[in-house]
Amino acid sequence: MTDKVIHLPLTDEMIQDLHAGDRVLLNGIIYTGRDEAHLYLCRMLDKGEELPIEIRGAVIYYVGPCPAKPGQAIGSAGPTTSGRMDAYAPRLMDIGLKGMIGKGLRKPAVVESMKKNICVYFASIGGAGALLSESIKEAEVVAFPELGAEAIYRLRVENFPCTVVIDCYGKDLYKEGRAKYEVK
Amino acid sequence: MNVREIEASAIADAVEKLVIDANYYLPEDVKDALKKMREEEESDLCRQILGDILKNADIARERQQPICQDTGLAVFFVELGQDVHIVGGDFRTAMDEGVARGYTKGYLRKSSQDHVLGERVNRGDNTPAIIHTDLVPGDKLTITVCPKGGGSENMSALGMLTPSQGRDGVKKFIVDTVSRAGSNPCPPIIVGCAAGGTTEEVMLLAKKALCRKVGEPNPDPEVAQMEREILEEINKLGIGAQGFGGTKTALAVHMLTHPVHLASLPVGVNIQCHVARHRTIVL
Repeated sequence: MTDKVIHLPLTDEMIQDLHAGDRVLLNGIIYTGRDEAHLYLCRMLDKGEELPIEIRGAVIYYVGPCPAKPGQAIGSAGPTTSGRMDAYAPRLMDIGLKGMIGKGLRKPAVVESMKKNICVYFASIGGAGALLSESIKEAEVVAFPELGAEAIYRLRVENFPCTVVIDCYGKDLYKEGRAKYEVK
Repeated sequence: MNVREIEASAIADAVEKLVIDANYYLPEDVKDALKKMREEEESDLCRQILGDILKNADIARERQQPICQDTGLAVFFVELGQDVHIVGGDFRTAMDEGVARGYTKGYLRKSSQDHVLGERVNRGDNTPAIIHTDLVPGDKLTITVCPKGGGSENMSALGMLTPSQGRDGVKKFIVDTVSRAGSNPCPPIIVGCAAGGTTEEVMLLAKKALCRKVGEPNPDPEVAQMEREILEEINKLGIGAQGFGGTKTALAVHMLTHPVHLASLPVGVNIQCHVARHRTIVL
């Protein structure tokens, strides 16, 4: 199984070429954002304010990293459970979000929005924060610094390992993988 | 009978080191269980994931950084010898001071927030420690830390079954809880579970069961048999490492039981991710 090397930003054509179960290595810029950051972004949209990051074409990584030690770009930085962002994700996809990185199940409304907006959901390994931090070369807080670990960081990643779990066709590795090995 | 004095500052110092070490060093029993699982797993993708998880533990150890960014709330099980007298400060303050210093000096993530009902604010030092204390004979103070991440903790469940649901009902409740959790709690998992007691006791026992060495059976053969059966059922679910589909989902099932009211059958489930951190110090 060879990993697909991806250079961000994602285009529709690139996303259409990704399928549930593909192992990929991401290169380029991604943004962090989890519970509070999503709440703040959606509040800004409610008020008609301009968002602090360019959502069009963006990939958001659901993560709240550890503080960086001196000499590190970032501390351990593995994914958090994506389902908690389900309430916000379709709204961001409607305005151009193209990729999400996290772990765990998504609601049907999220999958429908992914199909409609041509978007992809990757999983990185939950609980492998030290390993994943090695692929993060730069990290800079770009919004909501008051949120600490929950602030939005701009990350530059090199060969950041992920697996496509839900593709833009709605195919779901969590469902298909489990069905393959389930003993009834 | 002699009363032994322990300085509060010695407790704070011990806790500071304990929380850092627990978050940097994955216990050997957990690593061994992961290696065994990697040998037995049939899915290529899951074997690869398990290899990455083992590599992650080595990187964390070498680079002295947290195994997982979710360094948890600091949960402690304490056995306080009844012949111990804590001097020079109070126990709670010493524990919180140790947590605050450890989470700061160790570059661990602070996840504890105030204002649970409104606009949440990070407390900035990961206090308060969550402390479960047993008073025991002797003059030792034994402190075990089990930092617990939110993702797996969120998948916990309490079931107030009726006695007629019996053994099969208990088993079904536990397996269903794991099935529903799917990929969310970062499998492979360790399932802490308990039956009996009261609502609060059964949940505490479910978490306590997670402190046992991975895969060590309950000394009661009847409970150990139940652990084996539940483990087999869970692995049949096909969830696999990270939920990608595989023949192995749980590293172990640890169960505890407790005498129960004649009208009740409480069941508690506490799911632990593969970053099963626990570390003990005896003062």
